[in-house]
Amino acid sequence: MRLLYALLLLLVPVLGVYTFVTADQHGWWFPDNVSTYGPSIDRLFYLIQAMVAITFIGTEVLLAWFMYKYSKRRDDRGVFSHGNHKLEMVWTAIPAVLLLVIAFAQMGTWAEIKFQKGFPDGEFSMDRPIAEVVASQFDWRAIYPGEDGVIGTMDDLENPFEFVVPVDEDVVFNLRSRDVIHAFFVPQFRLKQDALPGHTIPVWFNATEEGVYDLICAELCGWGHYKMAGRVRVVSRPEYDQFLADLDQEWFSNGMEEVQ
Amino acid sequence: MTPPPPPPPNGHAAAPPIHGAPHVAPGEGAPGTVREHHEDHHELGFLRKYVFSVDHKVIGIQFLFSGLIFMVLGGLMAMAIRWQLAWPWTEMPVVGRLLFPQTGKVISPEFYTVLFTMHGTVMIFFVIIPLLTGAFGNYLIPTMIGAPDMAFPKLNMFSYWAMIPAFVCGMAGFFIEGGAAAAGWTAYPPLSTIESAAPGSMSGQTFWLLALTFVGLSSMMGAVNYVTTVVKMRAPGLTMMRLPLTIWALFIAALLQLFALPVLTSASIMQILDRVADTGFFTPTNLVVNNLTPDATGAAAGGQPLLWQHLFWFYSHPAVYIMVLPAMGFASDILATHARKPIFGYKPMVYSMSAIAGLGFIVWGHHMFTSGMNPKLGMTFMVSTVMIALPSAIKVFNWLGTLWGGRIRLNSPMLFASAFVSMFIIGGLSGIWMAATPVDVYIHDTYIVVAHFHYVVFAGSVFAIFAAIYHWFPKMFGRMMNETLGKLHFLGTFVFTNLVFYMMHQLGVAGLMRRTADPYAYEVYAHLQPLNQFISMAAFSLFIWQLFFVVNFFHSLFFGKRVGRNPWQACSLEWAAPSPPGHGNFDRELSVHRGPYEYAAPEADEDYQPQWEK
Amino acid sequence: MSQSIPAYDPALDAPAHHHAIYDYDSGPPVHRGKFAIWLFLATEVMFFAGLIGTYIVLRMGTPTWPDPADRLAVDITAFNTFLLICSSATMVAAVEQAMKGERGGVLKWLGLTILIGATFVGIQVYEYFQLIAHGSLPNVDIFWSTFYAMTGFHGLHVSAGVVWLICIWIAAALGKINKENYMKVELAGLYWHFVDLVWVVLFTIVYLM
Ligand code: HEA
Ligand code: HEA
Ligand code: CUA
Ligand SMILES: [Cu+2]
Repeated sequence: MRLLYALLLLLVPVLGVYTFVTADQHGWWFPDNVSTYGPSIDRLFYLIQAMVAITFIGTEVLLAWFMYKYSKRRDDRGVFSHGNHKLEMVWTAIPAVLLLVIAFAQMGTWAEIKFQKGFPDGEFSMDRPIAEVVASQFDWRAIYPGEDGVIGTMDDLENPFEFVVPVDEDVVFNLRSRDVIHAFFVPQFRLKQDALPGHTIPVWFNATEEGVYDLICAELCGWGHYKMAGRVRVVSRPEYDQFLADLDQEWFSNGMEEVQ
Repeated sequence: MTPPPPPPPNGHAAAPPIHGAPHVAPGEGAPGTVREHHEDHHELGFLRKYVFSVDHKVIGIQFLFSGLIFMVLGGLMAMAIRWQLAWPWTEMPVVGRLLFPQTGKVISPEFYTVLFTMHGTVMIFFVIIPLLTGAFGNYLIPTMIGAPDMAFPKLNMFSYWAMIPAFVCGMAGFFIEGGAAAAGWTAYPPLSTIESAAPGSMSGQTFWLLALTFVGLSSMMGAVNYVTTVVKMRAPGLTMMRLPLTIWALFIAALLQLFALPVLTSASIMQILDRVADTGFFTPTNLVVNNLTPDATGAAAGGQPLLWQHLFWFYSHPAVYIMVLPAMGFASDILATHARKPIFGYKPMVYSMSAIAGLGFIVWGHHMFTSGMNPKLGMTFMVSTVMIALPSAIKVFNWLGTLWGGRIRLNSPMLFASAFVSMFIIGGLSGIWMAATPVDVYIHDTYIVVAHFHYVVFAGSVFAIFAAIYHWFPKMFGRMMNETLGKLHFLGTFVFTNLVFYMMHQLGVAGLMRRTADPYAYEVYAHLQPLNQFISMAAFSLFIWQLFFVVNFFHSLFFGKRVGRNPWQACSLEWAAPSPPGHGNFDRELSVHRGPYEYAAPEADEDYQPQWEK
Repeated sequence: MSQSIPAYDPALDAPAHHHAIYDYDSGPPVHRGKFAIWLFLATEVMFFAGLIGTYIVLRMGTPTWPDPADRLAVDITAFNTFLLICSSATMVAAVEQAMKGERGGVLKWLGLTILIGATFVGIQVYEYFQLIAHGSLPNVDIFWSTFYAMTGFHGLHVSAGVVWLICIWIAAALGKINKENYMKVELAGLYWHFVDLVWVVLFTIVYLM
């Protein structure tokens, strides 16, 4: 009986580690990364995983072993101990060091992703974002600045549902919401940011592979939250320019016909 | 105070009756008195005894029963959630016709949002917190410190009564037009404040907020009572550093409630005002909701949606420690008792609980890393969150130290308590990933978060509650619970819990979002359906398996084996009272001579030396 | 492993039929009620901290905050504030009389406190009527939202205090307050001073800043 319980407790780390190790084969693991800062996020994940795995396996195995060893039927008494000062110091100090390592290891990446003073300053920057991505119940649209390069003017170009960006370039865009809180999430970019009504939030990423990616709304925004899907299309530079030209054509002609 | 008569030679002898003192109800007379009391003077009617009772034991049991009933309800909602996630938009067998006649036996997307909102709300506000602090707090605080009752018995009664309007308001949503609250248990505005944003939820959200306010009132009254009782009514000799860790935990949790809860109350009142008086605390300027401009919504603008998140998490993060500290306390007592060993590192345990509580007030921002809050703030919240793992680590290692070298009895309370340790480790460690800001950018609002908090609140706190029920049932009802059924209950619950919640980490790493009614609408998630179906099957089994517990609970209530005062040969004071304790709890004068965990002392006659024996 | 559960022995384990209630006193030498009132006031501090914090955040986040003097009758409220401060003094006197067991003194000073408190609420209600007549409703803008929430909840607290004091006044009139239980007056007094203090803070930040 006591063996059964000990094995049961032991099963958790064993199967737990097994699942994590084989998860990749089942597709229960990260979707492929296609952004420049993705790898440093993944590296952090693995660093923490290593530390956590050691503590996890260590503590769980000890627990199972103690439960087995000390539940043997015996007539004598247990160890009469109220603790051990040195031991307390040791097991406070070691995790403290580990935790500090974890804390410091991530600061650089965080600053890179989110600190505005570190934002890219190339063709697209906080002053000249590539577009404004606007969320509303339950859809997405990308608003590109027209000729004048300024968003919020008459020549803005609006593309519903799909956000098109050039590959291998630092892309800065403004995130807005018209109604409730939504969130911009593309798993392959390792990027998530809430869209906050009343605020304009600058966001950046650099996608390294062409393709079409699901844009997922990651913040509960009402009954239609589950279907608030959009798309991010990463294309080559020429394709991107072509896309903008087509969009301009579409809007420009429509607008002029109405005016005349 | 009358000079204490010499304590009786052993724990079994009843104290000699003391005549002459005026009869006053406990807690209401001048403190520090010994009062005469005749059992037969108190032939209370059924109503006075079980409904309008001011006895802390009855109130505790009232909390216990209502908590368990709501747990069934919350569990049923979880099952509906699992049904939808495994087989979205399919007809629910058997009960579908009854529940969703309008939508063709299918859960509608509106109802799915209601389901997880109310599942989270019921489980947290009507189950876990009332069970931990309401049921066990009420029952154990006076009995474990040797007091006849709470400091303010009437206030105590009101604290249960304030739960009744909370239950009514909480459930009202299901019966009114528009349905119950559907903005998540976190109720982020403006989704929760602007009616046109969620056509499904009209007054449901207002009722939800009212329920929260009443829960707040109840907890506030309870907490004032608990803290006063622990500080002012301990038996002679019971210094703070001789308190059982359960009492320390409940005491610290009560302090958390005192200082965190009022902030949530003021926030929910402001959200109510936003909804009914069209104020604009959380409503920003220039909203266009459902093509209605702000004028049409009637609300004042200029508010800050993030403000709600700060106020909400300022309470709700400390609240997660309200949900786990008492559980840690129970686990400590149960581990020591059934391992027949003193708790390892009593003082570090007390200090680490205090540290968890203190740090708990400055980490709330870790729920808001991606919310658009200033990223520099995110950095400070990250550091404090990472540091909170340290006191938790100390606790885990001390539990292991307690088991080491023990003479462990493998009975149901011990099994659940040791499983609590095992699972708390898992839940806590996943917290470290989420504390890491860059990683949380990816993880936030995925199923890793769901896995994390179910490991700490279900596999953690609920397991500790099960352990506590098995452990203190004999004291509460004077009867043992059945061991075989208890072990069976443990077996399945342990296995299925891990199958359900461990696999959710996998979903989360794959990027699956929580609160999505139909994940497979996205291409990246399509391959996760089989795993979700597996989890759901395990969840259904988990739910059905609880039948062992229900049967055991009710059967033992009436037919369990009668037990005496101290069936576990435990050391803390509650075991000096009769099982169940009568009015006023103790029938003899108490004096406390040692700490609560004096097991296995080599020179003593028995392997335990109760606190109350010389 | 000692699994055995001691057998149930009714003779030893049943509660003594005839027993006393043991109520001990521990901890610092503070009256239980007073201790509890302080805890309660701590929760009240946090409650108002929530409201005031909201006000500060919203005010910081609003580009142009109106000058309160343009919108509110500061002089009347300044007078009202003065009244409330006076009522703290009369409350102190009432507690002092209660300690001495002077029923007449308690009735007089407590009565005065109640009167002032009621006047305060009355003036505030009058102010509300004036404002509402001018269309300054809570849903007009964020200034009014915070104004009504903060002063309104404070007003409710004062009203509750007045009701509490009236109950004590009646008890005193019936001769139920004496030297032994003067604490009843003191507890209400603590609450009253707290409400007064909160008002001074609110008046400063809402009306003057
Ligand atoms: C009882 C409840 C409970 C408890 C105890 C905890 C404990 C912790 N929680 Fe959890 N948490 C919740 C309930 C709880 N949480 C809930 C309900 C949510 C979701 C709310 C919602 O959005 O709906 C949440 C969400 C949540 C988030 C937000 C995630 C997101 O939304 O993106 C974060 C982020 O930091 C977090 C972190 C932590 C940490 C660091 C701890 C720590 O206290 C854990 C410390 C414990 C350990 C670390 C294990 C033991 C230690 C060792 C074995 C030794 C050494 C370890 C190392 C060296 C690493 N929690
Ligand atoms: C304490 C809290 C608690 C508990 C115990 C549970 C228990 C369970 N939860 Fe839940 N859950 C939450 C708190 C909790 N949950 C919260 C806060 C959320 C977030 C909500 C939000 O997003 O807003 C959530 C969300 C949530 C989701 C995510 C939904 C989504 O985001 O779309 C899922 C999905 O699988 C889920 C599943 C489950 C399951 C299968 C259980 C199972 O463990 C349940 C098994 C059932 C039982 C164990 C009950 C059996 C009854 C008894 C044992 C009592 C016996 C009775 C007598 C003796 C009378 N929960
Ligand atoms: Cu938009 Cu969820
Ligand atoms: Cu938290």
